[in-house]
Amino acid sequence: MAEVILRGVSKRFGHTTAIKLMDLTIADGEFVVLLGPTGAGKTTTLRLIAGLERADAGQVRIGGEDVTNAAPAARDVTFVFQQYSLYPHLSVYENLAFPLKSPARRLDEAEIDARVRSTAKLVRIDHKLDNRATRLSGGEMQRVAIGRALVRQPAIYLMDEPLSSLDAKLRANMRLELKRIQQELGATLLYVTHDQTEAMTMADRIGILKDGELIQIGTPREIYTQPVSAYVAARLGQPAINLLPRGLLPDGGLPAGTATIGARTEHLSIDKSANGHADGVVDWIEHLGDQNHLHVKVGDAKLITLSPPDTPLAAGDRVTIRYRDPLLFDADGNRLGGGAP
Amino acid sequence: MAEIRVENLRKEFSGFTAVQNSLFTVQDGDFFVMLGPSGCGKTTTLRMIAGLELPTSGRILLDGEDVTMKRARERDIAFVFQLFALYPHMNVRQNIGFPLLAQGVARSEIRARVEETARLLRIDHLLDRSVSGLAGGDRQRVALGRAIVRRPKCFLMDEPLGTLDSEFRDLMVHELRELHNSIGATTVYVTHDQLEAMSMADKIAVMNHGIIEQFGTPREIYDRPRTMYVADFMGSPPMNFLSFNAGLAAGDDAIEIRGAKIAVPQVRESIAPAELALGVRPEHIRLDDGAALRGEIVGAEYLGTTQIVSVATPEGLLKARIPAEQHVTAGAMVGLTFSCRHLSVFDKASGRAIETALYGEHRHG
Repeated sequence: MAEVILRGVSKRFGHTTAIKLMDLTIADGEFVVLLGPTGAGKTTTLRLIAGLERADAGQVRIGGEDVTNAAPAARDVTFVFQQYSLYPHLSVYENLAFPLKSPARRLDEAEIDARVRSTAKLVRIDHKLDNRATRLSGGEMQRVAIGRALVRQPAIYLMDEPLSSLDAKLRANMRLELKRIQQELGATLLYVTHDQTEAMTMADRIGILKDGELIQIGTPREIYTQPVSAYVAARLGQPAINLLPRGLLPDGGLPAGTATIGARTEHLSIDKSANGHADGVVDWIEHLGDQNHLHVKVGDAKLITLSPPDTPLAAGDRVTIRYRDPLLFDADGNRLGGGAP
Repeated sequence: MAEIRVENLRKEFSGFTAVQNSLFTVQDGDFFVMLGPSGCGKTTTLRMIAGLELPTSGRILLDGEDVTMKRARERDIAFVFQLFALYPHMNVRQNIGFPLLAQGVARSEIRARVEETARLLRIDHLLDRSVSGLAGGDRQRVALGRAIVRRPKCFLMDEPLGTLDSEFRDLMVHELRELHNSIGATTVYVTHDQLEAMSMADKIAVMNHGIIEQFGTPREIYDRPRTMYVADFMGSPPMNFLSFNAGLAAGDDAIEIRGAKIAVPQVRESIAPAELALGVRPEHIRLDDGAALRGEIVGAEYLGTTQIVSVATPEGLLKARIPAEQHVTAGAMVGLTFSCRHLSVFDKASGRAIETALYGEHRHG
């Protein structure tokens, strides 16, 4: 395992800038998740580190060594793709052993056997080592694909949405598994996804990408509670943060320059109107099972918060709404008063 | 508009039974979701309704008419496989109008219906644009438009949002439901995502190995699961199960776990001593130092507004959803209290929910 550093890395494809002056350091043993929509530059970042793309400018360092112009094979990385690519005619055991059999590695059979068996145990597929790869469920195949990356101990694991092809249920289990495995191995891991739950639950640090730029990086708690902009704030949270124009609700005085107020569930007190005064009306309560969303109409605007399972509120109720220490943004969407977290 | 009735539907593929004795009715105008993991038979059922597979036995009735042996194109149904399948060389207007052109509808009528459809989907400003330059969400709206423009009796959709970014998916879930509210066509929708099902469905069927485990409204399915399988499939994290051994008598309103008395909805049947499981949802657990039932905190997952705390007990690992600002320490012993009126009790051997006031009050109400 090793530290990986991108310094001032840029990459263009024709007229499109895929990555703009990216500075990113992934510490030894760290799990970093890059979060962003399609086209934000997540996959390109992985490919630049793997050497599958060559940077136009800047430097890529792995374990202290400048690999900016090194061929992929000369970089000590492994890549897990979105679609598991197993050898269908081989058994699980043979699939796992394959990356170790390259003549360049010169591992003896006993060493290979030991590594395959311990990796299989790690990804919990050791009971199916003799099965053909095609005779596995989707989740098992993806575990083998991840296992095949893990048998090697490279400087860094690069993972490109490895869970997105799985059923929702399996995905939830695999999130926990992957985090456990990474911690057990002390692995350095860079993972890209558009799924905020994956980012929140697995990452030591989350990097938020927008149009090829890394606009904020920090722990999940920092990104959630101290976003640098409305864009970042809107990336995390279910339901999404309410971005409300100043003046919509009584705010008790805000700093100059405040244009938009960002209010999540914890930034709002919503109570049944007691004395005739009301700020809004409960539109409906959306029962999603584990999370219930309270939809409130305030004039023409609408806000959505998480409501407790036993909320006393019902559709049609008139409510008072007060801010509790919300996030404030200027007209450009930058956060105000966002000092040290 | 149509009612879809499925009677004792069964499908076998060379020795493997994909769907067994499926029996349900989708009412006219309902948004019906078939929910389950891959391989549970949901897509096979959908394909039989569409006429793309013939059942081994059983009947399918569309508005009372037996269509079991009819070809797909003789059924007045629109199938949306993957919303992204568009004709790249045609513009938005031509893509949406294509099914009508193929049916030989008059040009003026096509023009009117395409424009009406585009307005409904809020893409009327894009009608003369090429589809190749469109953003993902707009492409998806065009594909939907092509299904809607025919005004079929019903829509069948097979994981249409599966390949989308999660942010887009949330948006499209709401748009699909709004669209359904405005056109009201019977819709059968297949997914493995319980949150999609909860957000959109009027009725859900939860499937497992070709069998419908439970059919009901989203709230019935989530709040009053009939089996441990359903309880486990719904929710993220799913329902927790605490194992205990006991017999129960009708009228009991508490159970005992390790000497701690836990109030449950009143039991409505008697159960000989057996291995049982108390079912409790993560959001119905509170950490309470005064509680008799205790466990050790083994981890916490931060989710922003809430956090999921894992608590180890001798009866099993519990996951509780509590506010993120509540401070917890790994290794600490905590007391646990449960919201009584939401608890279920299951017979572990069969997985069946034991009759209690939780189920009864709604059955008679």
